[in-house]
Amino acid sequence: MSDLRQIAFYGKGGIGKSTTSQNTLAALTELGQKILIVGCDPKADSTRLILHSKAQDTVLSLAAEAGSVEDLEIEDVMKVGYKDIRCVESGGPEPGVGCAGRGVITSINFLEENGAYDGVDYVSYDVLGDVVCGGFAMPIRENKAQEIYIVMSGEMMAMYAANNISKGILKYANSGGVRLGGLVCNERKTDKELELAEALAQRLGTRLIHFVPRDNIVQHAELRRMTVLEYAPESSQAGEYRKLATKIHENGGRGTIPTPITMDELEDMLMEFGVMNAVDESMVGKTATMAAAV
Amino acid sequence: MSQNADKVLDHFNLFREPEYQELFKNKKEQFEYPEPQEKLVQVREWTKTWEYREKNFAREALTVNPAKACQPLGAVFAALGFESTMPFVHGSQGCVAYYRSHLSRHFKEPTSCVSSSMTEDAAVFGGLNNMIDGLANTYSMYKPKMIAVSTTCMAEVIGDDLNAFIKTSKEKGSVPAEYNVPFAHTPAFVGSHITGYDNALKGILSHFWDGKAGTVPALVREPNEKINFIGGFDGYTVGNTREVQRIFSLMGIDYTILADTSEIFDTPTDGEFRMYDGGTTLEDTAAALNARATISMQAYCTEKTLPLIADHGQEVVALNCPIGVKATDHFLMELSRISGKPIPEELRKERGRLVDAIADSTAHIHGKKFALYGDPDQCLGLAAFLLELGGEPVHVLATNGNKDWEARVQALFDSSPFGRDCHVYAGKDLWHMRSLLFTEPVDFLFGNTYGKYLERDTGTPLIRFGFPIFDRHHHHRYPIWGYQGGMNMLVRILDKIFDEIDSNTNVPAQSDYSFDIIR
Repeated sequence: MSDLRQIAFYGKGGIGKSTTSQNTLAALTELGQKILIVGCDPKADSTRLILHSKAQDTVLSLAAEAGSVEDLEIEDVMKVGYKDIRCVESGGPEPGVGCAGRGVITSINFLEENGAYDGVDYVSYDVLGDVVCGGFAMPIRENKAQEIYIVMSGEMMAMYAANNISKGILKYANSGGVRLGGLVCNERKTDKELELAEALAQRLGTRLIHFVPRDNIVQHAELRRMTVLEYAPESSQAGEYRKLATKIHENGGRGTIPTPITMDELEDMLMEFGVMNAVDESMVGKTATMAAAV
Repeated sequence: MSQNADKVLDHFNLFREPEYQELFKNKKEQFEYPEPQEKLVQVREWTKTWEYREKNFAREALTVNPAKACQPLGAVFAALGFESTMPFVHGSQGCVAYYRSHLSRHFKEPTSCVSSSMTEDAAVFGGLNNMIDGLANTYSMYKPKMIAVSTTCMAEVIGDDLNAFIKTSKEKGSVPAEYNVPFAHTPAFVGSHITGYDNALKGILSHFWDGKAGTVPALVREPNEKINFIGGFDGYTVGNTREVQRIFSLMGIDYTILADTSEIFDTPTDGEFRMYDGGTTLEDTAAALNARATISMQAYCTEKTLPLIADHGQEVVALNCPIGVKATDHFLMELSRISGKPIPEELRKERGRLVDAIADSTAHIHGKKFALYGDPDQCLGLAAFLLELGGEPVHVLATNGNKDWEARVQALFDSSPFGRDCHVYAGKDLWHMRSLLFTEPVDFLFGNTYGKYLERDTGTPLIRFGFPIFDRHHHHRYPIWGYQGGMNMLVRILDKIFDEIDSNTNVPAQSDYSFDIIR
């Protein structure tokens, strides 16, 4: 158990966390690693490419059926997919009711207490969106994930989210052992994307661990509910994920305590790269009609 | 063994037996890692100083022994005051066990209240199913005429929507569509039990008056001559309500007591268990809309309810737990003004008797210093009575008091020469009170049962007052309102004063020269 590596993928919603993490973890198996994926998203789609199916029975949906979490067995919720990767989805409530954050806590406690982590080398948490509440910070609490990988792109809001997630990590970094492993840039083909990602990584006191180029083959694989590693193992994109997997594997214990920046600093950085123009204070709050009249 | 079946020792004596004494000693020495006795004494003495008091009052991030309870407790109390009503708390079971035991320990009566028994799954998925099943079970098992819903922290943190949940439950057939299920959101981490009382009462009144959650047309007010009476969260509800009813009857006023808890907390033992007893009837609750005016005896218990009533076109009068001559005068004169009926001779006589009693005993109370804590209205009422008696309410503290309350207590001090050296403390706790009692000692402390720790710590004799009183029985049966209530309070204060004089003068040949038969 002492050698167990626990990592987590965070990032803005829709950035490609699940795709990136599943492809990377599939590549990790080639390094002989036994892996458990814990999906911490009520949508329960963090393990779709590994299992070739969505909507597997989640911890919380089964718990609701059985009456309580105590009535569940680990075998009921753990599925085995591509290259014997074990998969668990925490699941959660319908949008608008209940508390998804509490659901994450409930699920992870259940998995730990019932030995889901026994006999694996890696546990990877795939967490939705931002660190919006204490529940979604569960994987970065003490004795959970050692390193967090933030999936981002050159888009403003993705970088904003990356910065916010760093704030969340910082909160727990001093009391616990969690560290920021690095940024993973999922290319969106925005201007100066690589430079921006590297600059942000430097500001956050970390590094850009890998720049994943955009390749349509990822979509082809996704349509077949497969990772690129399985769909086209010889493709160059598969090679990119192998590189990322190797880097993560070698990155153990090399994470840093992040140094999040303010919103103003982030905007300054974007201006520096000419991605954003300096804000003309006289135009703030003016509608299109008003601006045209000036 | 010192314990045997022929002669069973109770715990008072059992634990004084040598083997238990030795056990305690060993436990302390071997397992409690005690600090040296000198150091304990040194620290204890330091906590009695002004230096410590200043540090204590600079405290920001810690509350020690707050003198307040949480919202749902007040909501349950209010709901119990309606005819055949089952309070239903949406949330976890343990919270409801607390409200029930808290009320039962004070009133020495069973307290009926159910919970929706939310567990971890409900916290994740929302408590809708608990509401659906809970309402259905409550309706079929306990057959109440109304189910009044409030919430605990758990349901509030995850944002359960009572209005929508109750509507859905009705659609699913838990209770009939036209059945009364008023509700109030009562997050326990906001306000105190008096806020919860207010929210619940407001929820019930607006349910009946404003169209029962959209199921019937809103009622139209047809003014009549009745007066509504609201007692607020009141540990003396049994005695007080009966006294007020007597006063209304003596004056010939037609009235409605809203949230009348006097029967449910005083059911007779005659062989029949009453899950429900007394309470404001549902018809009267609806018809209360038509009253000429509403009087609230505790303004801070009805901060939201009274504006609701005023918005429906009634005059509202807010009092602050009137105790004593002047406060009762004001209460009766308001009743007389609103109803147009004179104050009867019987009540004039009672007033005269109370004045006479105060005059007989004034020498013993005049100039005595008192500390008191409790709910805001009760502090105001009692402080005013003490000033009236020539006593000095030196420290007046309410954990659930606000700035507005603080200003009103100060205004009360300013109105009397006895209030000159008195201070008011809003938002402070009983650990603050401990510092006050050490640095600026008083003769007597007023407070609930938890005050007995302050009494033991500081040596200030405690006169039990307020809620909860767990360790003395039946105080709730005796009113503190009306001239009769003033008389009860006077006697309670005097009894303690004389007990103290006696216990300070009873050492033979040393202090018994003052151990007098006549006081």
